[in-house]
Amino acid sequence: MLVYLTKRLLMMIPLLIGITLISFMVIHLAPGEPTDMQTDLNPKASVEMRDRLRERYNLDKPLYVQYGLWMQQLATLDFGESFAQDHRPVLDKISERMPITILINVLSITVILAVAVPIGILSAVRRNSLFDRATTIFVFLGFAMPSFWLALLLMDYFGVRLGIFPVAGLKSMGYDYMSSGRQFLDMAHHLVLPVFVSAFGGLAGFSRYMRSNMLEVIRQDYILTARAKGLSERVVIYKHALRNALLPLITILGLSVPGLIGGSVIFETIFAIPGMGKLFYDGVMMRDYPLIMGILVIGAVLTLVGNLLADISYAMADPRIREG
Amino acid sequence: MRFIFIVMLFFLAGCEQQQAVVPAEGDAAKPIHGDTFIEASIGEPSNLLPVLSSDSASSDINQLVYNGLIRYDKNLQLEGELAESWEISEDNLSFTFHLRKDVTWHDGAPFTSADVLFTYQMYINPEVPTSYAEAFLQVSKAEAVDAYTFRVTYEKPYAPALESWGTPIHPKHLLEGQDITKSPLSRAPIGTGSFKFVKWDAGEKIELIANPDYFEGQPYIHRVVYRVIPDTSTQFLELRSGGLDLMGLTPIQYETQTDTPAFKRKFNKYRYLSFSYTYLGYNLAKPLFQDLRVRQAISYAINKQELIDGVLLGLGSIATGPYKPDTWVYNANVKRYEYNPEMSRSLLAKAGWVDSDGDGILDKDGKKLAFTIITNQGNDLRSKTAEIIQRRLKEVGIIVEIRIVEWATFLKEFIFPGNFDATILGWSGGPEPDQYNIWHSSKTAPRELNFTRYKNKEVDALLEKGRRTFPQAERKQIYDRFQEILAEEQPYTFLYVGEALPAVAKRFRGIEPSPAGIKHNFIKWYVPKSEQKYTR
Repeated sequence: MLVYLTKRLLMMIPLLIGITLISFMVIHLAPGEPTDMQTDLNPKASVEMRDRLRERYNLDKPLYVQYGLWMQQLATLDFGESFAQDHRPVLDKISERMPITILINVLSITVILAVAVPIGILSAVRRNSLFDRATTIFVFLGFAMPSFWLALLLMDYFGVRLGIFPVAGLKSMGYDYMSSGRQFLDMAHHLVLPVFVSAFGGLAGFSRYMRSNMLEVIRQDYILTARAKGLSERVVIYKHALRNALLPLITILGLSVPGLIGGSVIFETIFAIPGMGKLFYDGVMMRDYPLIMGILVIGAVLTLVGNLLADISYAMADPRIREG
Repeated sequence: MRFIFIVMLFFLAGCEQQQAVVPAEGDAAKPIHGDTFIEASIGEPSNLLPVLSSDSASSDINQLVYNGLIRYDKNLQLEGELAESWEISEDNLSFTFHLRKDVTWHDGAPFTSADVLFTYQMYINPEVPTSYAEAFLQVSKAEAVDAYTFRVTYEKPYAPALESWGTPIHPKHLLEGQDITKSPLSRAPIGTGSFKFVKWDAGEKIELIANPDYFEGQPYIHRVVYRVIPDTSTQFLELRSGGLDLMGLTPIQYETQTDTPAFKRKFNKYRYLSFSYTYLGYNLAKPLFQDLRVRQAISYAINKQELIDGVLLGLGSIATGPYKPDTWVYNANVKRYEYNPEMSRSLLAKAGWVDSDGDGILDKDGKKLAFTIITNQGNDLRSKTAEIIQRRLKEVGIIVEIRIVEWATFLKEFIFPGNFDATILGWSGGPEPDQYNIWHSSKTAPRELNFTRYKNKEVDALLEKGRRTFPQAERKQIYDRFQEILAEEQPYTFLYVGEALPAVAKRFRGIEPSPAGIKHNFIKWYVPKSEQKYTR
């Protein structure tokens, strides 16, 4: 096991370098440079001004030199300074937006699991029943509905017309003067709509997956054996079938680890939530190379680690894999 | 289920819905301190050191936190801000500013001419990554004559330079000898302005509080909050739910979506001309557009009022030149191009473009009269404008194709290399009439602003003279002539000037709309005690 782990971890290094190399090149292929956003068509900025800025950011050097300089920094775990006008360290910008993104994603995955798993099981057990069809329609509605549209409708109805939920943002105006209990409630109050919208769209995938897993397991011989033994249907389904049907979910959960730090631009924009999606999008629009690369590297590491975690936990949960 | 129900009740109790109070007519309440003013910005401010930022979100905040030596008053005339008065020397080469003696920085340190000198030195320092050094690089000598007198000398008389002293003055005692880009002030500014910085919640909001020691008196509004709300539909919902007190509306919001009793009860709407105009610019390096008659013919074929009605829902004015119609420099007596398709056709015929094969499209030497209008993605008004123009030009026999391209590509691949026929774009200006960078024939290099390659010797001479002339009456003559030439030559077809359409919560009083907009007397805005919404 230890040898396997070390091997997997070592394999990640060349993979990561490859990922950074390709991303670095692709980003620089896009037309426009960070300095353009400040100087293009700006009557008060001259061409000399622009050259001065380019020199400062090393943009006048060949691409491989720029990559080398960036790699040198990265080797010391320094993601560098943002090219945006705030000149802040990339790591600061990422870390101040990471918690809220993770919070919303964890909440929404929890909601998705809590709703999608029972839906999946029930619709598999009662295949083609009214419940199965109704939930199918429901989850696909969520899947097909554009989230920005749903969000705006909910905001207009619950926020403006009924005034029950805040329209956007994370905190009320008086947040700083509240007790910590009230602060918690205030934040939760603001999160209801965003978490609902982001979970609603994710229901379809998980519930359909759960349903088909379950259907497959129910058809297995050992379920027949269990029934033949005279076990109650409850025990057959929830003890014998469910355990095996849940296994593939581990892989999906492992694969959603990098998704935890990735936000959706549209969703964050609509709800005015300062998350990673918006940060990355703005970074791309401004051609803020260090920031883009920083987020990509973190995303790549998390993807690789997520895969590894999924493989390990799968092995731990399923003896067939462990011994095979 | 019961659990969910209880939680819902909790939430209801946790949020007090503030009802907007209907103000009584003729409320003669005296101005009083208090309340919070909430505004939204599309993007997060980049940097609260004005020298490093060029985005509008930062400059909105910096305007409240910092002061310049001079500023534009409500009628767009220069007046003193940190400078009590100023003199321009006989030879127009040097300005002497007499500074106010009653100004302190937000940390209590006194403001002196050393701060002004430092700010100038910072802007011209090649180590400082600013895009605004240009006007200061023309200075040949800057000196702090005494603690409250600052003098600056130029090699050549340069009228636009005066405006550049409206640049925010930075505190020397906090920035000297430091790497400006790493200064903590970029996230927590200290200025001399009417509001002091309180806190910045990254990606969420920035809070300012009234400066009790402000040299023009403490503002009545106690607190100002800028919320970062990147989506305009969300902003509009927030405005309607009471989460914002001011928002610039779009024409459709102004005309229809806010035309409800509920909205009118809570908000006042204002409208005034904005400092930006939209134009159809021709690539004058192309033989087709080198013919003056063709450019004039296109101008006659476009119905500008129709554009304003269709695109801006009537909320705008026809542009006749590069200046805003209600400013001193605007010349109303220039050649106008009223919609006139016959005139357009006859001009085109004179230029040799006739429909010889009867297919409804003009041609000359076997070539059809066709060109492409290019504009940038993401500006709905511009693409709609292009479509309306396309239809009108088709009526006189010109085939127009429209191409819409992402901004960075648009500039790099099309505009700067001169790889376009005609483009719909806009310029934002200010009260200073100098247009040297946009129209002078020396400014046609790649990336410079005269990308339509307009060259006219008389315009060059006028622009040079305008920069060297100070008295407004003389400048007026120069720029009047400049506008006449542009109107005659139509290097652009000037289309329309849009309007700013802010809606402000009704509880705010003391708002005086003027050519400079509504924010010029912000420190005098107040909310009567009975209507104050936020107590802290």
